Amino acid sequence: MAVKQKGLVIKPDWCKGCGICVAFCPKDVLKMENNKVTIANGDACNGCGLCELRCPDFAIYLEEDEKDE
Amino acid sequence: MASSLIEKYMRMDKLPHIWCPGCGHGIVMRAVVKAIDELELNREKICIVSGIGCSSRAPGYMNFNTLHTTHGRALAFATGIKHANPELEVIVLTGDGDCTAIGGNHLIHAARRNMGITTVVFNNNIYGMTGGQYSPTTPTGDKGTTAPYGNIDKVFDICSLAQAAGATYTGRATVYHAQLLIRLIKDGIKNKGFSLIDAISVCPTYYGRKNKKGDSVRIMEWLKDNAVNVAAASKLPPEKLAGKFLIGELYNNPQPEYTEEYKKIVESFQRG
Repeated sequence: MAVKQKGLVIKPDWCKGCGICVAFCPKDVLKMENNKVTIANGDACNGCGLCELRCPDFAIYLEEDEKDE
Repeated sequence: MASSLIEKYMRMDKLPHIWCPGCGHGIVMRAVVKAIDELELNREKICIVSGIGCSSRAPGYMNFNTLHTTHGRALAFATGIKHANPELEVIVLTGDGDCTAIGGNHLIHAARRNMGITTVVFNNNIYGMTGGQYSPTTPTGDKGTTAPYGNIDKVFDICSLAQAAGATYTGRATVYHAQLLIRLIKDGIKNKGFSLIDAISVCPTYYGRKNKKGDSVRIMEWLKDNAVNVAAASKLPPEKLAGKFLIGELYNNPQPEYTEEYKKIVESFQRG
């Protein structure tokens, strides 16, 4: 099951627990729990997308806004 | 579900990939598809070619025309593909061992001819797949399975090597500097001739462990602290650059591309 908050989506089954996203999040939004990333402080997320940029396993990403077509 | 970028460009039935926890190669692979996406290239006109090694597993995960070839020979196959169909955007994904050791001769000649190929080297400073043997980019003094007392070889600067051989675009970025990496791959693809992007990856399993450099986070912090952008480097005194390495666009000098020159020869006979 995906974990979602403020557009931030985590795909726990793909997370290998390297901790790169946690270490380089500028707002300390993320934490490791049982060797998987989870959202510790979702309200602080500013949507910079650095976690998605550096996740080697594509296990965390920002959901795109639905655009009016 | 994964991100729209991953869903669009990856073979979802092949994911998650089998690279180790903390391996940087996933970051480089994502940077390649992000660059392709931002350039809005027609995926039917792209061919992605790899050799052998951890890096070379990448095309197996990527939903394009792909070719997984023999060790060191990705650039030789890619040269043939470009010749057979010059309209294709040929992208080679290779590793430091694949590209500069067993494939070193193919590298210098693809560069010399200015073949219209963009090469992205997943440079993790070691042979990961076969168990941590030292490669031509293992730093002098560092350890590998085959250098248990420290490597006495000097390292290849892959960008300088490619430039000296004739590459018309070279750049370097790291998995920490992934945004820069995406930009360099885009500019490398836009260059019509031979482009080489040295993508500094991380191998926590072999390189990190054998050299007590810590996990991926620590190695990426080291990359962050020791990379100097080429634009900033020109303003720094030499002592501040000691022990550092350059990132950014290192060379950009467009020259006639090989298959275009070849076509001119063919056409000169067809006119008669």
